[in-house]
Amino acid sequence: MTQADTSHLEPGTSRTVTLRVFRGDASGGEFVDYTVEMDEGQVVLDVLHTVQATQAGDLAVRWNCKAGKCGSCSAEVNGKPCLMCMTRMNTLDVSKPISVTPIKTFPLIKDLVTDVSFNYEGAKQIPAFAPRAPDAADGSYRMMQQDIERGQEFRKCIECFLCQDVCHVIRDHPENKPNFLGPRQFVRLAELEMHPLDTADRTEFIREAGGIAYCNITKCCTEVCPESIHITDNAIIPLKERVVDKYYDPFRWIFGKLTGRD
Amino acid sequence: MAEIETHEYDVVVIGAGGAGLRAAIEASALGARTALVCKSLLGKAHTVMAEGGIAAAMGNVYAEDNWQVHFRDTMRGGKMLGNCRMAQIHAQEAPARVHELESWGALFDRTDDGRIQQRAFGGHRYDRLAHVGDRTGLEMIRTLQQHAVQEGIDVYMECTISRLLKDGDRISGAVGYWRESGEYVAFKAKAVVLATGGTGKAFRINSNSWEYTGDGHSLAYWAGAELIDMEFIQFHPTGMVWPPSVRGILVTEGVRGDGGTLTNSDGKRFMFGYISDYFRAETAETEEEADRWYDDKLNNRRTPDLLPRDEVARAIVAEVKAGRGSPHGGVFLDIASRRPADYIKRALPSMYHQFKQLADVDITAAAMEVGPTMHYTMGGVRVEPDTGAATVPGLFAAGECAGGMHGANRLGGNSLSDLLVFGRRAGIGAAEYALGLGSPPALADADVASVTTEMDANFGSDGDENPYTIQSDLQDAMHTLVGIIRTGPEIEEALGKIADLKGRAAKASVTGSKAYNPGWHLAMDLRSLLTVSEAIARSAAERTESRGGHTRDDYQETDPEWGKWNLSLSQNADGSMKLEKTPLLEIPADLAALIEEAG
Repeated sequence: MTQADTSHLEPGTSRTVTLRVFRGDASGGEFVDYTVEMDEGQVVLDVLHTVQATQAGDLAVRWNCKAGKCGSCSAEVNGKPCLMCMTRMNTLDVSKPISVTPIKTFPLIKDLVTDVSFNYEGAKQIPAFAPRAPDAADGSYRMMQQDIERGQEFRKCIECFLCQDVCHVIRDHPENKPNFLGPRQFVRLAELEMHPLDTADRTEFIREAGGIAYCNITKCCTEVCPESIHITDNAIIPLKERVVDKYYDPFRWIFGKLTGRD
Repeated sequence: MAEIETHEYDVVVIGAGGAGLRAAIEASALGARTALVCKSLLGKAHTVMAEGGIAAAMGNVYAEDNWQVHFRDTMRGGKMLGNCRMAQIHAQEAPARVHELESWGALFDRTDDGRIQQRAFGGHRYDRLAHVGDRTGLEMIRTLQQHAVQEGIDVYMECTISRLLKDGDRISGAVGYWRESGEYVAFKAKAVVLATGGTGKAFRINSNSWEYTGDGHSLAYWAGAELIDMEFIQFHPTGMVWPPSVRGILVTEGVRGDGGTLTNSDGKRFMFGYISDYFRAETAETEEEADRWYDDKLNNRRTPDLLPRDEVARAIVAEVKAGRGSPHGGVFLDIASRRPADYIKRALPSMYHQFKQLADVDITAAAMEVGPTMHYTMGGVRVEPDTGAATVPGLFAAGECAGGMHGANRLGGNSLSDLLVFGRRAGIGAAEYALGLGSPPALADADVASVTTEMDANFGSDGDENPYTIQSDLQDAMHTLVGIIRTGPEIEEALGKIADLKGRAAKASVTGSKAYNPGWHLAMDLRSLLTVSEAIARSAAERTESRGGHTRDDYQETDPEWGKWNLSLSQNADGSMKLEKTPLLEIPADLAALIEEAG
């Protein structure tokens, strides 16, 4: 994160800032300017809370942990998708109004709250984790740290859905949504596919229901990830390779036809 | 009145953190038609913020560890006020619950021989916490969430329950509202499991999310159930203190478990001056022994930096009061000078990013500034240890909103294990009760209507009180008057303020429509916030001693006589709060012997 000049904000001082917040619902809306006092160290979510407490009690915004761990407060600040709880005011130019809008890819419910059920429905479709039998009588398994590190990277995901928000496949083409699960679910699928205990094969699902071929590797998802998960390189590309290996490898195809295995 | 949306289930679980998810999974697996209802989106509950780990005596790092030692640590950490049967069940079953998470896909950090790694934590004799770096809660909630989704459990997200209903003396359902639309919804249920977490939002400086408004405590209390131990509030010793906007955000005890120490403005490791007689025999008295302990727990005693949380929080308050605090009113937590940078980044990645991004502090190069933050509510719904059954038939509770397990103070790491062990048990208890019930209870239309009328009343716009201001005033009152160090007159003053705030809450004004209206939601949450605040203050006024998470400046000693009693709260017919002393569950000789043994 780049740090802007903070010299204007000495310890213990505060200054006013204007948030230009989208207010509205599915039927339409408008930007409303709120000018409030801001304290040192505040993040965008803090200032929104000040707006809520003093000027707009009904301003709809999701949040929970306020520490970048739950992924609830995704929005677009000055057009940039981010977690509002981790976006410091001193990284923004507060001499001008700061625009705060809901994430664009999902249907608007109200103000900054969107209908993210697409992501929950996608999760339901994923073929379940299918572990091998435990390695010991007490139900425990043996796994080496180096064998789980990739999976642990994927499991850092906080489900903020910013990767889904910036993915061109669905951001610019909502009509693709029924055929494409999006980067979040590819991270989940990669985690399952690379899980040392898992026994299932999800290649067919990744190709068909997952729609992984729609992804053209622009890496927007990787760039926006607040957990710095290498979504494209570590999840999506390996999944694409698995699909290609299985369905488009000519030797494998011929072998499959000859032996009756696919 | 118009018909409202109604659903029918055997078991309705309220709250989708670790306890609620685990309860729903178990109830569903036993064949009960089960619904999971939660205020936020699935996977966002406060469990996600847990950092350090899940306490379970698996013995992977120290083979000497076992449930008996874990039981002893838990009882002593709770200053012997905990329910010994709960502490026993908890210690015995936690390892299996952790293994179960692994079989559902969790990826815990490993030992060199491929077992689940375990980390040192406050009050635990041996390295005991299964963990994933410092994001264990995320791993746990995601694993449970994914398992629940896989099992096809019905989830009602962003749906808040306002009241429980009864048919005669037994539970018949619950009524609430959809946050998104503001429409009302009723659940007809044979059994209800409360798993709503704690009460942190009643305090100014806290580590909790907006959801922590004491809903389950209040729903149970209003339905006629008993609450116990409400005076015991855990102030986690290490919350962030600077900048002001992050004050209270948790800094995991894992920092100290992994080698960090607390120092004052003189650079002194001050905890050596705060070793109470109670823990003297098991605590290192020199820095040399404390430092050896990290690598050899068998031949050295635990560093006083990892005394139980109540002890450390009080010590920090005393240091600051004595003028030896950090520039922003905390103390220093230093791991930078004690562990290599790459180790810190690997073991504590969330802490590294949290301080870097929110406070411009690089914890691999500089000490953190930390101070106490309201973190956990020990008190809660009185439950049967084995089943999670509350004192109202058909009502069950698990996790933070249940009382008894942790006594006067909870050990770090014992919360996540509590959620798993007692979430599962409450799920079994509720499913067996529901499936064994002959005739289903009836949900009376008039009762449903009275709840919707009450919710409508909270939507009033003719009052002149702002619900946000009322909450803020409550937080100030509780923090300054019923905080870490308490006195009788101050608690009485708080009770006066709470009564005043109740009057103001009745005049709260809400603007806008019912659709996703946080001001209205807060106006409704104020009812539960004020109820639990009163419960905390009344209990705190009554207990004239200091013990665990209840410190009285006017009664500084721990009184053995008080150690025989829980304080129990229930609602009188006229709506007032009834406070009673009820005897502690007596410890059987075999368990008592475990506690007597040298640690």
